[in-house]
Amino acid sequence: MHSITLNGQAYELDVPGEMPLLWAIRDILGFTGTKFGCGISQCGACTMHLEGMPIRSCSTPVSAAAGKNVTTIEGIDDDPVGRQVQQAWMDVGVAQCGYCQCGQVMSATALLQRIPSPDDEDIDGFMSGNICRCGTYNRIRTAIHQAAAKIEEE
Amino acid sequence: MSMKSSYRNFNLTNQTLDRRDFIKGVGATGALILAANWTWAQEEERKYGGEGMPGGTVEDPKVFVRINQDGTVAITCARSEMGQGIRTSLALVVADELEADWDYCRVEQAFGDQDLYGNQDTDGSRSMRHWFMPMRRCGAAARAMLEQAAAGQWKVAASEVRASRHKVVHQKSGREIGYGELAESAAKTPVPSGEAIKLKSPEDFRYIGREQTLNIDGMDMISGRATYGADLRFDDMLFAVVARPPVFGSVTESFDSSEALKVSGVKKVIEIEGKKAPSEFHPLGGIAVVATNTWAAIKGREALKIQWSASENDGYDSMSYRKAMEKAAENPGKRIRDVGDVDQAFAQAESKFSATYYMPHIAHAPMEPPAATALLKDGFLEIWAPSQAPQVTRQRVAERVGLPLEKTRVNVTLLGGGFGRKSKPDFVIEAAELAQQFPGRAVQVQWTREDDIHHDYLHTVSAERLEASFDADGNATGWLHRSVAPTILGIFAPDQMHQAGFELGMGFNNAPFDIPNMRMENPGIPVHVRVGWFRSVSNIPRAFAVQSFISELADKAGEDHKEFYLKLLGNNRQIDPRDMTDDWNHGENPVLYPVDIGRLRNVVDRTTREAGWGKMLPKGRGMGLAVHYSFVTYVAAVLEVEVLDGGTLIIHNATMAVDCGPQINPDRIRSQMEGSCVMGIGLATTGEISFAGGKAQQSNFHDYQVPRIPLAPKKIAIHLVDPGKEVELGGIGEPGVPPVAPALCNAIFAATGKRIRQLPIRDQLA
Repeated sequence: MHSITLNGQAYELDVPGEMPLLWAIRDILGFTGTKFGCGISQCGACTMHLEGMPIRSCSTPVSAAAGKNVTTIEGIDDDPVGRQVQQAWMDVGVAQCGYCQCGQVMSATALLQRIPSPDDEDIDGFMSGNICRCGTYNRIRTAIHQAAAKIEEE
Repeated sequence: MSMKSSYRNFNLTNQTLDRRDFIKGVGATGALILAANWTWAQEEERKYGGEGMPGGTVEDPKVFVRINQDGTVAITCARSEMGQGIRTSLALVVADELEADWDYCRVEQAFGDQDLYGNQDTDGSRSMRHWFMPMRRCGAAARAMLEQAAAGQWKVAASEVRASRHKVVHQKSGREIGYGELAESAAKTPVPSGEAIKLKSPEDFRYIGREQTLNIDGMDMISGRATYGADLRFDDMLFAVVARPPVFGSVTESFDSSEALKVSGVKKVIEIEGKKAPSEFHPLGGIAVVATNTWAAIKGREALKIQWSASENDGYDSMSYRKAMEKAAENPGKRIRDVGDVDQAFAQAESKFSATYYMPHIAHAPMEPPAATALLKDGFLEIWAPSQAPQVTRQRVAERVGLPLEKTRVNVTLLGGGFGRKSKPDFVIEAAELAQQFPGRAVQVQWTREDDIHHDYLHTVSAERLEASFDADGNATGWLHRSVAPTILGIFAPDQMHQAGFELGMGFNNAPFDIPNMRMENPGIPVHVRVGWFRSVSNIPRAFAVQSFISELADKAGEDHKEFYLKLLGNNRQIDPRDMTDDWNHGENPVLYPVDIGRLRNVVDRTTREAGWGKMLPKGRGMGLAVHYSFVTYVAAVLEVEVLDGGTLIIHNATMAVDCGPQINPDRIRSQMEGSCVMGIGLATTGEISFAGGKAQQSNFHDYQVPRIPLAPKKIAIHLVDPGKEVELGGIGEPGVPPVAPALCNAIFAATGKRIRQLPIRDQLA
């Protein structure tokens, strides 16, 4: 039995410790906002925050999250930075198919929590682990700059 | 029009069939199969556009619009959403004609039902092209019903009232009534049809053609609430993965599931039957592991011991296949188009030049790998799937599991990318078969990324050989193009060696150049894998070859590429595609959709002007141009690149100009072009699936690399070109892709003098 706190709520997970957090949260707990894309930490679709750190949940075992706080896309609007990121995503019209975008929002939020005013190089560096097959990258850059500006205004 | 032939009638065993009969549809999913029923096609007058598709179009507001008493308007979208924004764009069209307020509109997704909704094949860049007018008429008819209902209540003539912004107004008396209050009586009003439907004047449009950044699903998509193929959750549901034969054509000889069944959570191991080539949309077969969660299913699959049979495709090897294709391209092949006398032109030429261009298989790799959920309950099979063709899916599933159509329903989730992959329901049939084994329990089939890369319906592999001759004045006198590529027909019929009309009509026989002697040939080559349509299909290798070749010719002649290209195009004129032996014409009426040289010229002029074509660039930088007409849309691209010492490629700017006729949702046109640009850069730089011993050599994003954010151009500028005259709608989802790779390669040549004739570029710049 593994205890995790997911988006502020405590859960007990009766699964093998090596089960990736992604499948435990999607299949056992039933929160499907986090997506499966590659299974080998290559695409970032499964990005969650573990104690505030962005992680690839497809390759992070449940045991590594035991006793810790996990934030998924379902909880990101509790974070003021996350909310601004989501708003910028809407204003700029980033999403096409949308499948990777939860992971993109999680990574962008983590970026802005660390670098409040990133330049394009910062963005390219931090976001390069998140693949978007629709190719929304230019709008992602624009949206991150826009969110950064809004956060600074506040 | 209903589906008049099933795949069982499909018996295309030779090449004697006239292409004219074969291309009734647009060469995709049901259309292609229906098209094979050529006797039927001969009997009826040839139809084009939406009416030429199986099921045609429907404009009945009772099918697509529901007005609720709370005033909300539910608009049904029967096309699949895969990032092109069609759920938003088609709903905006209905809302505009309906005079509905967008804030009160909702979109509901249609399930697969061709008789009810008309054709649902979401491919071929035709959702807006085929459905703009039916959806306008649908919205306008609903508006007339609301006006009729209000007039009835007020006992005034319908001509005295007018619907405006979600209410109906009687100006004389100043009375007005909201849509919600009218909902019940409007529903009882007869549906107008024909000329009784009055469309709005374009100057009164509120949403159509307006600048707006709207996405009806946007917030759901970025908050985790949106539902994709693997996001259905039911009590007590099961999760499955399938071990499929590593080589196409191989089957399960024997298997041992004892270790798999020991994995905690694994419930059952089930053999799925494959279908030998031509396997159409059927599963590859293999061994399914069904478990209480996806992880257990994956671990169970790892513990399977399977003996696969030998396959006739065991020898498929990309290196030797490439040699065979290039050899075939050196020799005459099936003549597709023959104008003048190329042999004589070549014999009398002052100069000649030839080059061969190679492009490998590529995989769609949508971010959402195939996944589907099925539930068989009380003899009714319900499916939730990210399908580009839910009506075809429904038919195939019903046949396969032996249920009548009315005992099946295929619900369409959002698609986490499609690009053509999700037109093929093999993965949905897997879920349906497994659900049969667990009545009352939902079963979800999840493809891993490795499954997706290994078992895709791949983009074809191609060798395009071009040769051109010139007279002493530098005028082009001859053009010989040989295209060699395994055909998509291979999934539908055995022993297919030659490309179909819809593949030839993608920038091959319809090359619109003003050259007196031209010949296009298609030498044969056998098919060894499942070849399918990938966003813009054969246009990709054609544009790469033709647009690179023209750049090479311009360089040999010492002329500016743009001017040289425009000279090849010749005078502004409209060419009937049939005069170029293209009877397919992307399924559109050749009279309404000629190839318009003036429009090609316009996009070239616009994109070069915006990009600053001809300006001095620092050393190591270069600009490249490419132009391509596909899906009845005209696109030109200029890329500006820098190649650093050591070969690192930086793409500074991409400038694209697009003329797609009327622009319905400009922001979505731009976003599709931006995405096409990035996808085109990806297939040009790293896109390759290669085979050895019949097996795909790549498996996941570490070795099948797709673009990441640093590779995206620093700036992408999309310019929408007004055609300046009344023309029909063009496509948007696909036509942005083809010109990108050649524009990039031409830019690399301008920057470095290095000519790329083989994709992907990968380390050729080092």
